[in-house]
Amino acid sequence: MSAPNDGKPSGPESRADGLHMINVSHAFDDHQVVRGVSVFVEPGELVCLLGPSGCGKTTLLRLAAGLEELQVGRITMGDDVVADGQGGPQLPPEKRNVGLMFQDFALFPHLTVFENIVFGLNDRDKTRREWARETLSTMGLADYADAFPHVLSGGQQQRVALLRALAPAPRVLLLDEPFSGLDVNRRAQIRQDTFQILTDLGIATLMVTHDPEEAMFMADRILVMQDGRIVQSGQPVDIYFHPETAFVAELFGPVNRLECRIENGMLTSPLGRHPAPEGIAAGAPLELLIRPEALNLAPLPAGGAAEEETLLTVLSARSLGRSTHLTLHLDDGAGGTMLNARMPGVFLPEIGTRVTARVAPENLLVFAKQDA
Amino acid sequence: MRHAAAVPGRFSIRQMIARLTPDRWGAATTAVALFVATPLIAVASIALTPAPDIWRHLYDTVLFGYIERTLILIAGLGLGTFVLGTGTAWLVTMCRFPGRGLFNWALVLPLAVPTYILAFVFTDQLEYAGNLQVALREIFGWRNRQDYWFPEIRSMGGAITVMTLVLYPYVYLLARAAFLEQSVCVLEVSRTLGKNAWQCFWQVALPLARPAIVVGMTLAMMEALNDFGTVDFFGVKTFTAGIYDVWLNMDNISGAAQLASVLMIFVVVLVVLERMARRGQRYHHTSSKIQALPSYQLRGWRAGLAVAFCALPVLLGFVLPASVLTSYALTFFDVTLKANYLTITLNSILLSASAAVAAVAIGLVLAYGLRMGEGPLPRAAVRFASIGYAVPGAVLAIGVIVPMAALDNTIDHFSERVFGISTGLLLSGTVVAILYGYLTRFLALSFGTVEAGLGKVSRNMDGAARTLGASPLRAMSRIHFPLIRTSLLTAGLLVFVDCMKELPITIILRPFGYDTLATFVFQYASDELFEESALGALTIVAAGLIPVVILALTTLRSRPGHGAAAGGNIGGRA
Repeated sequence: MSAPNDGKPSGPESRADGLHMINVSHAFDDHQVVRGVSVFVEPGELVCLLGPSGCGKTTLLRLAAGLEELQVGRITMGDDVVADGQGGPQLPPEKRNVGLMFQDFALFPHLTVFENIVFGLNDRDKTRREWARETLSTMGLADYADAFPHVLSGGQQQRVALLRALAPAPRVLLLDEPFSGLDVNRRAQIRQDTFQILTDLGIATLMVTHDPEEAMFMADRILVMQDGRIVQSGQPVDIYFHPETAFVAELFGPVNRLECRIENGMLTSPLGRHPAPEGIAAGAPLELLIRPEALNLAPLPAGGAAEEETLLTVLSARSLGRSTHLTLHLDDGAGGTMLNARMPGVFLPEIGTRVTARVAPENLLVFAKQDA
Repeated sequence: MRHAAAVPGRFSIRQMIARLTPDRWGAATTAVALFVATPLIAVASIALTPAPDIWRHLYDTVLFGYIERTLILIAGLGLGTFVLGTGTAWLVTMCRFPGRGLFNWALVLPLAVPTYILAFVFTDQLEYAGNLQVALREIFGWRNRQDYWFPEIRSMGGAITVMTLVLYPYVYLLARAAFLEQSVCVLEVSRTLGKNAWQCFWQVALPLARPAIVVGMTLAMMEALNDFGTVDFFGVKTFTAGIYDVWLNMDNISGAAQLASVLMIFVVVLVVLERMARRGQRYHHTSSKIQALPSYQLRGWRAGLAVAFCALPVLLGFVLPASVLTSYALTFFDVTLKANYLTITLNSILLSASAAVAAVAIGLVLAYGLRMGEGPLPRAAVRFASIGYAVPGAVLAIGVIVPMAALDNTIDHFSERVFGISTGLLLSGTVVAILYGYLTRFLALSFGTVEAGLGKVSRNMDGAARTLGASPLRAMSRIHFPLIRTSLLTAGLLVFVDCMKELPITIILRPFGYDTLATFVFQYASDELFEESALGALTIVAAGLIPVVILALTTLRSRPGHGAAAGGNIGGRA
């Protein structure tokens, strides 16, 4: 049996292979889960597939690993075609030299921590074994080398799983919901550590998650998936501040939806009149999405509200410590609308009092209305 | 997205081809499954072949008697195992009384005693010349049969009693597990709604446990249909006894085959019942919250009744036969030894061990094959092949002998024509036939155990091993095999012990002059020489104790939320 890293440079530092998935489609029986998707991950880049469960993101990852047979499209790593849906080669997973980390870590319970890590290594590969030993130490897990996985905490298991995937110096790293198996308190720290390791190695990484915050923290680029298609791709800030559809906007949490229309270059909504954002076709039915954190609230000044401000009545205000969650009533002359707002710090106006709301123009997200 | 629009049509053709040409794993799995299932197919095809004259004869003579007696037997057994199994399970899980901890595991012990051995012991003790009646006559000064009434043990009632006493643990184990898994919340809610303990049992706990109890009862009934030793010894002419009689005494194998096909109707009904109940089981968890069970402290006469109710089956189903056999074995061991006991024991062990190895190997191939290759065909083939556990040994024996004799005859004719040499019957009259029968009957046991073991190995571990460079074979040897080693051992042990106890297949298919412990004990008991074979019977019971002890040590120990090992879903090496 050939070792997965035969003939490859042994240090992860010298990786220079990207992952290209071109026009990939996939179906399970009659159920189409991936529809003509292309994903490019360049060396040193971390790309994140973000989407709700069932959008096809994990299938893409499994296709890259070779755990599913490619039906349509082409997958290359570096200069090698590893899978060709048009009757070309389909390398089995053991020949691809990819590192894959599962959501449940899938550590082998009958092997020790060290045996788990060197599972993918050739017995003669002294360099990589040494590397594994050293990295285990730098991760603070040297004492657990001979322990069995079940005695480790979730975070330690995650590190072992990551190390096991990295040990054979893979050309491409694939991460499937790498942090969702961890409890919330430890997640941020582990995410930070993982990010550091991957940045240092400079390996092409494709990560799958349904957690937008995780995606924003980790990714150089985010590909948002919906129903087997990529609906938007870009840098994390672009995805957050310039969502191209209501679906993308709502990935980051519930939003306020309001009726609106565009006339003479002005956007008219219950929040008042604002200059219309560019690139929106007038005439089509539109809706306005406002994130709770985009509503900038202030107590009503003695002199009354300014022109660009909207008057709202406070229905409830609950402090969450770091921020305050409020529900507000907007009198739009047609029965009124409920709005949710999230203010940083403590902002606890009396219930029933009036506050003013101001929205920065870039936070007015206007989309063509989707028929429900 | 023009590209995507063009895709579906291409997929469906691809998939059609993929479905019609199963992968290598799927093809191998299907082939192995069909090999094991051949006796079942043979019986089914016999059942579907019209044989009007045989039917006319069976109809006129024995058929309705068989049906009636078989129905009475399994109905009586069903009632008996329900009362004993459910009652004892409820007492040990929900009530506190002296000896509860002991009964908790001791109630499983009768499972170690084969029905026919308990039948021999009961007959020995309860017949006219038996210890009980002799003692009664001495105490009361009765002189003969006319002076008093005593129930006849060699009767339908005797058969039901004997079988109930050793088969109730099926219901006990499953009902017990069901009571333990029941959320305490539902019982507490019913208490707050004004029900007393008794009403809780009948209105909440019992309905929730019903699927498990039904599964236990159907398993016990399948064992009863399989039993040959007891009904033959007691002269209760059920189907199994009838098949044996028509085949070996009347030398009418087609008649026996037709009887077997009618018996299969009973089997199919039981299997359907069992499967339906198992499906029901899955949806009966209303709340996953598990707390310490309430314990009703029983005192005074109530505690006494509970102790008596739990002690009775243990004493009659295990303590009595074990002590009687031990005392006879001590007295008559030299006689048994002279009757070739060692050779016969060796026969039993070799035969059972071979069957265990074969069953585990095939079970492993099937379970692994289903994991590797998807597709409805292999799955259906394996499901069909693992139905053998429900099919009575006498029926399987027919299913083995018919195709095997056909194969022998083909080889014989071919060899005669080509080489001018008659090979005679190569396989039919050999231990190969017995092994084949064992394999078909006990495959479900090994397959189920191995499949459950493999099921605990997350599929992501396969993926992790593969992406780390391991081929499927290496993944199997480095990951799966070490993880399921215990399951393989358990599976082998279960099959081994069941083969040691097996009587109907062995007695029909054994080569002339070949004995196992089971046939040896049966032969001696039939010849009124039971005491002289007691050592053999004791050996069988001792073997039967092994899995019972394992059961007591593992399944009875833990309960969700109680003493389960911490450490999440990965589980340790221990």
